Amino acid sequence: MKELICIVCPRGCHLLVDEEHGYAVSGNSCQRGEEYGKAELTRPTRVVTSTVCVAGAAYPRCPVKTNAPIPKGEMFRVMDEIAKVRLKAPVHIGQVLIQDICGTKADLVATCDLPALG
Amino acid sequence: MREKTYDLIVVGGGPAGLAAACAAWEKGLKDILILERDQRLGGILNQCIHNGFGLHYFKEELTGPEYAGRFVKMLSDTGVEVSLDTMVLEITPERRVHCVSSKGGYRVLEAKSIVLSMGCRERTRGAIGIPGTRPAGVFTAGAAQRYVNMEGYMVGRRVVILGSGDIGLIMARRMTLEGAKVLACVEVMPYSGGLNRNIVQCLQDYDIPLYLSHTITQIRGRDRVEGITVAQVDEARRPIPGTEIQFDCDTILLSVGLIPENELTRQAGIEMDGRTNGAVVYENMETSLPGVFACGNVVHVHDLVDFVTGESQRAGAAAAAYVQRGETPPEDPLEVFCGDGVGYTVPQHLRLAGVDKAVDVFFRVRRICKDSVIRVTSGAEQLAAYKRDHMAPGEMEHIVLPKALLEKAVGQITVSIEEVTA
Amino acid sequence: MFDVAIIGCGVIGAATAYTLARYQLKVLVLEAENDVADGTTKANSAIIHAGYDPEPGTRMARLDVLGNRLAGEICERLDVPFERNGSLVLAFSEEEIPHLKKLYSNGVANGVPGIRLLDAAQVRELEPNLSDRVVAALYAPSAGVISPWEYALAMAQVAVRNGVRLERGSRVTAIRKLEGEGYELHTGTGDYQARRVINAAGLHSEEIHNMVAPPSFHIQPTRGQYYLLDKSEGSRVNCVIFQCPTKLGKGILVSPTVHGNLIVGPDAELVDGDDTSTTAAALEQVAELGRKSVPSVDLRASIRNFAGVRANSDRGDFVIEEAAPGFIDLAGIKSPGLSSAPAIALEAVELLKGTGLELREDPDFVDGRRRPRFKELSEAEKRALIAKDPAYGRVICRCETVTEGEILEAVRAPIPPVSVDGVKRRCSAGMGRCQGGFCGPRVLEILSRELHRDPTEILKDKAGTVILTGQTKQGGN
Repeated sequence: MKELICIVCPRGCHLLVDEEHGYAVSGNSCQRGEEYGKAELTRPTRVVTSTVCVAGAAYPRCPVKTNAPIPKGEMFRVMDEIAKVRLKAPVHIGQVLIQDICGTKADLVATCDLPALG
Repeated sequence: MREKTYDLIVVGGGPAGLAAACAAWEKGLKDILILERDQRLGGILNQCIHNGFGLHYFKEELTGPEYAGRFVKMLSDTGVEVSLDTMVLEITPERRVHCVSSKGGYRVLEAKSIVLSMGCRERTRGAIGIPGTRPAGVFTAGAAQRYVNMEGYMVGRRVVILGSGDIGLIMARRMTLEGAKVLACVEVMPYSGGLNRNIVQCLQDYDIPLYLSHTITQIRGRDRVEGITVAQVDEARRPIPGTEIQFDCDTILLSVGLIPENELTRQAGIEMDGRTNGAVVYENMETSLPGVFACGNVVHVHDLVDFVTGESQRAGAAAAAYVQRGETPPEDPLEVFCGDGVGYTVPQHLRLAGVDKAVDVFFRVRRICKDSVIRVTSGAEQLAAYKRDHMAPGEMEHIVLPKALLEKAVGQITVSIEEVTA
Repeated sequence: MFDVAIIGCGVIGAATAYTLARYQLKVLVLEAENDVADGTTKANSAIIHAGYDPEPGTRMARLDVLGNRLAGEICERLDVPFERNGSLVLAFSEEEIPHLKKLYSNGVANGVPGIRLLDAAQVRELEPNLSDRVVAALYAPSAGVISPWEYALAMAQVAVRNGVRLERGSRVTAIRKLEGEGYELHTGTGDYQARRVINAAGLHSEEIHNMVAPPSFHIQPTRGQYYLLDKSEGSRVNCVIFQCPTKLGKGILVSPTVHGNLIVGPDAELVDGDDTSTTAAALEQVAELGRKSVPSVDLRASIRNFAGVRANSDRGDFVIEEAAPGFIDLAGIKSPGLSSAPAIALEAVELLKGTGLELREDPDFVDGRRRPRFKELSEAEKRALIAKDPAYGRVICRCETVTEGEILEAVRAPIPPVSVDGVKRRCSAGMGRCQGGFCGPRVLEILSRELHRDPTEILKDKAGTVILTGQTKQGGN
């Protein structure tokens, strides 16, 4: 049995995952908690949020995220790719900046509208 | 020259102000103005680039800028006016709002109703009195977050976080992902002040140790931080000699609490609650000054923006009702008392005439409570009881009290926590 | 060749420069740090003492009383915050009353105006929040609270505006006696020659003295620690509240500051050099003694702890003398040094005259200084100021309501700030309860823009106090 704190939502349920019995999850309050409990012990994933460089906007950085969780072990590789991005304003919320980043099947998307400075 | 009288002036265009303005518009108010001191709407959400926002309200996981973006979009579909880069200097009891901006100069605006949504600020090193030198490299976590996420600058290379509030935990991960080494997170209490999920995904994911019941006892370094001493504390939070640990760091981020920003509220003569450091509010988020409402972190510090939104929508709707229907009829309100284990409640007063079907009461427990019952009593009579497996001071609690129950109360209700011993 | 070189631009150096600026002299001021008033002057009790403490007949007694009077005039002319809120020395028992009487007779002998002894009821009427244990007090209406940085800065600014040359970041590392008269001063920014030298180097004055003359005094750096409390505590008392010395120490003061906060401190502890770190033990003691005078003081309202180091010496009095031909010490300027500063400067002028330096008044000398304080203006004045310059409509520091206009004014004035704390000292931005949490990044941005420096080069305070360590994403390159 492994004790986990669910990170799917801010509620933070205390999960018990039974590794020896098909990763059966208890202590969860929702379906997503069950999925998290299983995945965390088999194939943990995280959403990465960061910023990328942007020129011509009111701020020099634009916030971004992976639009799906990526394998935990890929986080720093993904960060390296994010560091290479150079944008020019305007940027739109949801704009895809890198498709299938590092082969994770997740896209890197902008999470903010940044209009071009007039 | 006399300017027009607004139906509603909203002071602060962060998540609370945006939700309040949108709700008031939906309820039919037409002349609404948001005064925002920054160059854009969204408040602190703009620098909270991490995800985890909106699960309750939008039923999906958004980042801070995305959450703010949704409301900015909603607002753009209304006729709400926005005045950016504008600072409110004073609010008078007659609901005149004095404000300044480079573009608009000094203005005195009149309003039929006001929503206060100024948010909160961070406690500083001075407020907690860490001894030692006073070099560069000591930041509040929020200031560091602004530098890193919005301005694109790093604030240090080897970091210790004092306090396990959510912003501190989030910054531990953020600094790590940007290439800094976070050596430790140090928390004076025996439990974390932040959400459990953030302990897992911001500290444990990166093997950052969390030292509970520890504090920084000395800062060293003449120009820039060169190192700190951390020691374990006893139950009275006094450092225990002999438990010192040295850290060789160049940066300290403080996440040691948030304080509602109520200078304008106090100046207006509005009644304050020493427990929340916010205004005392009624069931509809109205303050002691009729027609002036407050919502969000300026009332009490929230963990989740979703609850700020809900609270602010109630405030906005109540401001609309005030303008359209006039004052809530005066009556002796029910007072909400904090019983054993309860740190504060919001609202602090309930007027039954203002309660439609039920009222939401928010509070924080004073200690970690397992397998407990939240009891609501009035005098000797128990009105309601709610079971909880786990409650912590870092997590805001919430109960819904039906009007029918409140009608049984006499003068006051008390919310208290009782641990069920097996 | 300068006529006079002043080493150190704390309040003593600044007052001396200001006093000399009215003569036809080439004056140089060498300051080791990157800003003026960056040592003892910026971290002390910020009190202008009435002058009953020093023994009658001492230099300190005379200069304190004169300096107190001059401070009133100078602050008026130079727009420096100063308020004569009066002081009380408390007696907590009958045994302490003889001490009050001694101070009273000192005061009378020293010429302190309006000084009188109050009984318990009179004290209570003046200060309702004092301890019930107070049995009597000595009241001196001429004592006051000041902004020490602005006092020194304002005098230095007027000096510079009148042609005095100030070199910052110029620590004097060696002094060579020139043939005939004068000295050559070696600093990190170059060598300078001057016919006369004034040593106003504060904690370093012994070191400077010993470069030209045999040791004649010893500086004993004495650290004092303080609490600075939020404005919510600022009206806890009206006067500067002192205690009688006891076997345990000199007692500590509780006082409103001229900015509306409350200050509690200092203790006194011998330290090495200029160690301005704070310690838990000393602060605990300061808190306890503060509560002895004002039991209701809420130390949880602290917004900042700090420590200052006083340049106490092994002499009982200020060291004001010609140490070598044409080389004048203004050293060992302990309390009441801030109060005495302009009077010490007059002494220095007299000593310079004695060395044969010719002093002719400069008809072109322009006295006076004003700076805008948005918060203190009337509504109509605020409107007019923003209409004239929209930068006054942008509030940068929320706690203290400091506008961008005021910061730009400071940046364009003589002796511009080079650090975020430099802005704080000049305009109060970041001095409030959030201690620069909100405005720090914006002040940094303004400095970076106005000084044409990369944000990573903007300092918190002294040289080396780097705030930002680099850019994220390799700077976008």
